[in-house]
Amino acid sequence: MKLFLKLCKNPLSLTGLVLLVFFLGVAIAAPWLAPPAWPREPYRIARCGFSPMPQPPGVNNPLKGIWLIVTRQATVCQVRPFGTTGEGQYDIYYGLVWGTRTAFKVGLYITGISLAIGLILGSLAAYFGRYVDEVIMRITDVFMAFPFLVAAITLAAVLQPTIGRGLVTAMIALIAFGWMGYARLIRGDILAVKERDYVQAARAAGAGHLRILFRHILPNAIYPTMVMASMDIGSYVISFAALSFLGLGAEVGYADWGQILSFARNWIPRLNQYWWIVLYPGVTLILFVLAWNLVGDALRDILDPRLRGRITV
Amino acid sequence: MWAYIVRRLLLLPLLIFLVTLFVFGMYFFVPVDQRVRLYLPDVAKAPDASAKIIAKYGLDQPFHIQYIRWLSNLLKGDLGWSQTGQQPVLRALARYFPATLELALWAIVPVIFIGIWLGILSAIHHNRPLDHATRVFALIGWSFPSFVYGLLLIMVFYAWLRWLPVGRISDWVLRLEAAGQFKTYTGMYTIDAILNGRPDVLADALRHLVMPVFTLAYIQWALLLRITRSSMLETLRQEYVMTARAKGLAERVVIYKHAARNAMIPVATVAGLLLIGLLNGVVITETIFNYPGLGSWAATAATQLDILSVLGFTLFNCTLLVLGNLFVDILYAVIDPRIRLE
Repeated sequence: MKLFLKLCKNPLSLTGLVLLVFFLGVAIAAPWLAPPAWPREPYRIARCGFSPMPQPPGVNNPLKGIWLIVTRQATVCQVRPFGTTGEGQYDIYYGLVWGTRTAFKVGLYITGISLAIGLILGSLAAYFGRYVDEVIMRITDVFMAFPFLVAAITLAAVLQPTIGRGLVTAMIALIAFGWMGYARLIRGDILAVKERDYVQAARAAGAGHLRILFRHILPNAIYPTMVMASMDIGSYVISFAALSFLGLGAEVGYADWGQILSFARNWIPRLNQYWWIVLYPGVTLILFVLAWNLVGDALRDILDPRLRGRITV
Repeated sequence: MWAYIVRRLLLLPLLIFLVTLFVFGMYFFVPVDQRVRLYLPDVAKAPDASAKIIAKYGLDQPFHIQYIRWLSNLLKGDLGWSQTGQQPVLRALARYFPATLELALWAIVPVIFIGIWLGILSAIHHNRPLDHATRVFALIGWSFPSFVYGLLLIMVFYAWLRWLPVGRISDWVLRLEAAGQFKTYTGMYTIDAILNGRPDVLADALRHLVMPVFTLAYIQWALLLRITRSSMLETLRQEYVMTARAKGLAERVVIYKHAARNAMIPVATVAGLLLIGLLNGVVITETIFNYPGLGSWAATAATQLDILSVLGFTLFNCTLLVLGNLFVDILYAVIDPRIRLE
């Protein structure tokens, strides 16, 4: 609670919080904001016609259009508040609304799972030391020698024939090359905590490895890693959108921001005419990532004990 | 120090072995009949061709045999055929590298100057409007996906205003090149144009570079700016800075001679990260701007499951990263005489 109040005091993190609450609201209210065309598959973007050209927004004021949809006076395709993508005629408004859920899912899953892998490997390496440490850290080094994006692209492409194109494939690819930072950070912090007196005391009292690690060491070493993870959520959303943009993320027609943006690539010489394909998804993506970064940045200032009290000069 | 450098370089083959082993392993997720398509785009037309290809390249052999074959070819200097580039992998690397290097070198200029300079400025103006402005600027930059930024640039400067072109160079330069009136020395058009004494080619190459360079640089500014700022803030609080002020030195001298130099040490740490960022960045940037370099080649190769090209690119990348990090470590010792490499 105290943390929350602190976040609200700073105008930057307050902006971030407000944006996050807004996006959360959109994600929860998605069925109401954009009624699915196929109720069993709400993530399939509504398609408006068969023309190969992008259709402009059907109303001059997008807010009024959204109001018409929300009050059920018109269907999504009659209004098209943000226009359509061209090939496939996917409705951009529908894709953005349901894509909010995808974005939350992707950001939280990727960060959460990478964090878990990093925590487990990093704490094993630090706690048991010696050979375990050597082996795990050398594996980490190998993974860090890959160029992140190309490695993720390769893995996503390679997994496609077996698993199929979809959210899971792209998430596996990003997780596989995303956990190393956490492993390194937690390892360093555990090494610092491991030799403290209270850990020795617990060991002398006959506590088991797991108990020492989870009850005594981790709670004292985990904060910096958590802060780092909270700052990474935004960049994972970007990386996932980049994979989608290159055609390796969600399947075609799935509500995902990066994928809607990828349709803009078909219209590069005439983007001034079809501006809505870039502008609406682009701004949405930027605001979402910005929100996480603003909150993460403030969290770091508040939680990182190394910074605490020093920045107030 | 030489012993240190040699030891670091000895680790390179080991790293390359492990990394390529891993990439090779990833490709075993792909079924054999899919991998055949790499060598033969239209399998359907020739029913027995697929079996011939499998036999010829030993695609059905166990993992270690295929990998050892690739390694022994590597030692002979043969990296195989790049289906994506329609030429041997080694030649594709040699052809695309100058383009990417040119892009990266130009991008480093704004990254370093604007990133570091703004970082120092915002540290000096700590908690004043300029500092807040750059903080917001950095946070927005941090949140800007490079492909969105690139698409917005294209929308405004290419599609709408028609000021800047996409691609790498205009057709008339390519025709000049084909006619032998423009000699390539380095493969980088901006340098070759100077060597050829052709200001018109230079102008054309620069016009093509503006948008990709700014897309590539923008994301990195933010990182460098934040690190310079916090490191500079830390340094400005040191006692020797106070001493320098106390003995009456001009504020400029205190900041740029005494503080900034020491503040640069952590900044050099991220120079390695910067290199990684640039290498990642070129993949997206080159793809958006249709710029024929290593990044767009690697992205296409990866999506088309062109393993030999991806292996070649990974090999190249690893070497570059190891050498880059080594260079950064040596740079430390040069910037900070207190650091001794052992």
